[in-house]
Amino acid sequence: MRWHAEPRLIKPAAALVAAVLVLLNLGALAAVLWRADGEATLQPADWVALRFTVVQAALSALVSVVLAVPVARALARRRFPGRRLLIALMGAPFILPVLVAIAGLLAVLGRNGMVNDALAALGLDRVSLYGLQGVVLAHVFFNLPLSVRLLLQGWARIPAEHLRLAQALGFGARARFRLIEMPMLTRIAPGALAAVFLICLTSFAVALMLGGGPAATTLELAIYQAFRFDFDLGRAALLALVQAGVGLVALGVLGFVRLPATRQAGLDRLAPAPPGGLARVLDLLAISMAATFLLVPLGVVIARGLPHLADLPASVWAAAGRSLGVAALSTLLLAGFTVALTLAGLRRRWPEGLGMAALVASPLVIGTGLFIVLNPLVAPSTVALPVTALVNAAMALPFALRATLPPARQTEADFARLSAALGLSPGAHLRLILWPRLRAPLGFALGLGAALSIGDLGVIVLFGQTGTETLPLAMQRLMGAYRSEAAQGVAVLLLALALGTFVLVERLIGGRDAGA
Amino acid sequence: MLALESLSIVQGGFRLSADLTIRDGARVAVMGPSGAGKSTLIGAVAGFVPLASGVIRWNDSRIDGLPPARRPLSILFQDHNLLPHLSVFDNVALGLNPDLRLSTVERASVLRALAETGLDGLETRKPAQLSGGQISRAGLARVLLRARPLMLLDEPFAALGPALKATMLDLVGRIARETGATLLMITHDPADALRLCDQTLLVADGRAHAPAPTRALLDDPPPALKAYLG
Repeated sequence: MRWHAEPRLIKPAAALVAAVLVLLNLGALAAVLWRADGEATLQPADWVALRFTVVQAALSALVSVVLAVPVARALARRRFPGRRLLIALMGAPFILPVLVAIAGLLAVLGRNGMVNDALAALGLDRVSLYGLQGVVLAHVFFNLPLSVRLLLQGWARIPAEHLRLAQALGFGARARFRLIEMPMLTRIAPGALAAVFLICLTSFAVALMLGGGPAATTLELAIYQAFRFDFDLGRAALLALVQAGVGLVALGVLGFVRLPATRQAGLDRLAPAPPGGLARVLDLLAISMAATFLLVPLGVVIARGLPHLADLPASVWAAAGRSLGVAALSTLLLAGFTVALTLAGLRRRWPEGLGMAALVASPLVIGTGLFIVLNPLVAPSTVALPVTALVNAAMALPFALRATLPPARQTEADFARLSAALGLSPGAHLRLILWPRLRAPLGFALGLGAALSIGDLGVIVLFGQTGTETLPLAMQRLMGAYRSEAAQGVAVLLLALALGTFVLVERLIGGRDAGA
Repeated sequence: MLALESLSIVQGGFRLSADLTIRDGARVAVMGPSGAGKSTLIGAVAGFVPLASGVIRWNDSRIDGLPPARRPLSILFQDHNLLPHLSVFDNVALGLNPDLRLSTVERASVLRALAETGLDGLETRKPAQLSGGQISRAGLARVLLRARPLMLLDEPFAALGPALKATMLDLVGRIARETGATLLMITHDPADALRLCDQTLLVADGRAHAPAPTRALLDDPPPALKAYLG
């Protein structure tokens, strides 16, 4: 029930945002459809790309979630110094630019990486980080932490009484797993699998850097190649259509699986002491291996890149400036989108559905569509940066809405009656009730959006040319030219900018206590 | 005088009717079984529950079309009476000016209301730093400050212990006397009704009955109340 008149501005603002998003998604698809209506046909290689896209996403999801089980369990039941920090770091890959992680993985596991050098010194064959295994490994690097955080929720929700009961009845490790942990996992794991699968389905940057070739090309990468190398817009459009179809099916799947929440609560409840002995050793092993896997590549990138930070070419600093500009614009757009849809979402359901719908068309699909529409009108490179900002904002919107809508609705449920009883004006309601409760989640969401935008290597590859490259694009070109020292320097800069903007925006919007 | 004339509330399968008057300055306990519609009745008077039909009058002028804040009343809910991110001072000051832009005179009256409810020195605290009793006092300080002629209490003290609850009820009585307000208070406890309310209004079997003297009603309860009291 509503006792407040909704400020008049909200409905048109939300409708405008809705129109932009629908136009961006459907407009891109329509443009693509229109353009695809030509001679172009899908080639056998394109079907291979479709299969590879699905297979790598499925494998990435499976490996991430299976490996996350022992790590999440160990983190849930052990207490040690640095545990909170480690759990917080598990959230960091969200804001970690993809290229930085790839640079780290290459430094450790690449052809001339530390591991291969060690193998060679032992007289063994070098292993390759390219192809399916490389793509999956990079995806696991990003999604293992996400899966751990999701599964941690599940462990946190096992009532302490059940664990005490298990002890009181003398359950062994096997009985405890089968009777207590397994039922929880069957509830939580499908959501985690679906989340990782969806994320990996539209993977572009990872496939661009570590995949490629006929056997390891995702649809997004195939779109890019048809576009960039063959300039075959008709085929790019067809591929975009296939990718959109996959996205639509995935969104349908999403309707059946409940995505678990990423917030964490109750991690420090009093639970009975965890089992010792072998279990203790295994937990220690799981935690230290996960920490090594996640931290060593980043440490290596930072250590190798720092010395080269000073002698980066001027073009890199210009690219950094452009990236900051794109991120600023993208964050502003995201803020407008999020605020309009959150306020409109207080009394209707459609805004969150609309936010999710932004996932139907992948960045490269939207990019292709926009290119087709804009190409006859303006030189695409002149709009490269605003287009990138807009697409970044649209892609971050579902995450932002997931952060802001639930607390907004809770606040309304708790305090709307009080506000009405006291006669707060809409402005006072916003200032005194909604803003104080929402600034922290909004700050987090916008910080995330800013960092994602800084690190994004997606639609810019279609539009960007020399003179309009963003920092990730500059880094990708340096890596492509085998200038790995300069690339590592850029990686450090990129990492610092992504982290810095995240912290800055989160604190600026969320207030002093944000993230604490 | 508060008059509920041929009132009818319909929420899905739930129906409640009322046709009664409450005289000025009365203190009325609202009692009845769980789910009978006590909160619904109070909500309708406050403007949170829509009427299917009927009229609510306050001193001969209709108030049932007014938004909650424009009705001549203050209401205390079971919880969420204070905004957790505002200080006690601001929470109470909301009752005077919902934009929190206060004149010097208004600031002084907020401080006076805090002092009268025993909260002096606590104005800068946040609700999380208050005890349950102090949270209740802050809600009452706002009611005192607003000085509306009708006070509605939707069991705001249900979570307090017996001694503290008695203190709060006495404070409510004092505020009602000072402001001359008419009081409508939902309670589960006959002792509360006896302590504070000369009259009791029974809500049962889809009907809000006219208020009757509390003592007489409790001594010789009608069947619905008897079943509830056990």
